[in-house]
Amino acid sequence: MATNASTSNGMPPNEIEVRDLCRRFGRQEVLRHLDLEIAQAQITTIVGPSGCGKTVLLKHLNLLLRPDSGTITIEGVEVTRLGNRALDAVREKFGMLFQAGALFDSMSVFDNVAFPLVEKTNLKSDEITARVNETLAAVGLDGMGDKYPSEMSGGMQKRAALARALVRRPRILMLDEPTTGLDPTRTGAIHELIRSTQKNFDLTVVMVSHDVPAVFQISDRVAFLNHGETHLHGTVEEVMAAEDAVFKRFLAGRAAGDDDGASLAG
Amino acid sequence: MSIAGLIERIGALVIDGITDLGDFVLFLIYSLLYIFLPPYKPRLWIRQIRIIGAESILLIGLIGAFTGMVLGLQGYNTLHRFGAAGALGTLVALALVRELGPVLAALMVAARAGSAMAAELGSMQATEQVDALTVMAINPVQYLVSPRMLAGIVSFPLLTTIFDVIGIYGGFVVGVGLMGASKGPYFSGIASNMDSHDIAIGLWKSLVFGVIVMWVCCYKGYNAERMATGVSRATTEAVVLSSVLILAFDYIIGAILI
Repeated sequence: MATNASTSNGMPPNEIEVRDLCRRFGRQEVLRHLDLEIAQAQITTIVGPSGCGKTVLLKHLNLLLRPDSGTITIEGVEVTRLGNRALDAVREKFGMLFQAGALFDSMSVFDNVAFPLVEKTNLKSDEITARVNETLAAVGLDGMGDKYPSEMSGGMQKRAALARALVRRPRILMLDEPTTGLDPTRTGAIHELIRSTQKNFDLTVVMVSHDVPAVFQISDRVAFLNHGETHLHGTVEEVMAAEDAVFKRFLAGRAAGDDDGASLAG
Repeated sequence: MSIAGLIERIGALVIDGITDLGDFVLFLIYSLLYIFLPPYKPRLWIRQIRIIGAESILLIGLIGAFTGMVLGLQGYNTLHRFGAAGALGTLVALALVRELGPVLAALMVAARAGSAMAAELGSMQATEQVDALTVMAINPVQYLVSPRMLAGIVSFPLLTTIFDVIGIYGGFVVGVGLMGASKGPYFSGIASNMDSHDIAIGLWKSLVFGVIVMWVCCYKGYNAERMATGVSRATTEAVVLSSVLILAFDYIIGAILI
């Protein structure tokens, strides 16, 4: 049963609202009447055991998938029934960092970061160069534009992918497990980068992460998903203080290295 | 299994088959349609023409030369028995222009560029690069597939022509240079016995084969399962299905245009 651990006082307005979202693949019901609010200019982290629907939810939020039923409202626009052209207009409001970075391996880092500007804006060449260099500097990749993704470490690839997601100055940033495959030192560095980027660009950040509880240090709000539902949702303090046996078991399982979340069954 | 269960399973297979076929055909329609719709990307068109066309010229030339040489050798030996060695040029040219040129050129490009294309698109799908395009509000079929389709349509007839010309000279070198057939009748026979209809048949075939190879290889790569085995399976299926369709349509077009 979903529990909202937040209070309504002092809440920033919602950038994204998800209502009664359902999605199944074949006979498997992945999202079950899921409700969620993403607050403006805050970092909302979605956590939960493997297979709980985190990534599928994110693919609905970034409009890669359409739900079977339910609604998603982004900045006041209900997006689940929009046509392709209208969807593209909504997509231009957000940037996305994929789990594996999804950098184009045939292009240099500079060309990767410049790509959205070249393809979707009328900026002149020198304006694009300035914007790309500025964004690369913001993610700590100053002077690395000539390198190819294959010549970079996993952490640097994430930074480059983050730069590409930020280069059009989106209002919303979506991150799918941004620290997967990184060692603890690089994980901490990427977390710090996400926090500083959110503040510098005043972004609404939606992040799916399995780095529990480390990721809570940079999060404003947490949504805990279980069996395709929002089981717990609120500020980090509220969620951590909630006397919820399922969430406690999840935290204990993560601390013991239990990735599959089997202990949460039932 | 109960009868109802069996019927349900057969029904599901039929529906899946029809759905897949529908996706396959829609993929072709959209990839052709997007060539004509903005935004136009001449830079991508030229890049794909270079990869599919220009970078295949050496291979096509090599295969064309050997094919012509084999035709010159075997053709001379056969025709010489009937005292018709003077028809060698006509035999080599008609075989190449109507049949072997378009078919072998298409098979070679499917093996070289088509397989690479399926692997590249499959790998892009597996590493979420295709999703990244969609999220950036860029139509992935228009960006990735349509330029390849256009390049196939432009490149295949040109490659086939190169194959034919080199093959005819390959037949000349062996038939006339090595086997001793008369030089004059070789080319005069071609000029007098081959007409524009023969050339048109070959070019129509190469055009259709270009669409088939690009369609199949892009579709298989674009819809590859998002894992390493999915990419390798897509690559194999792309080349096998392209080859089968090339040979099937070779007969169909030949039967229609004969």
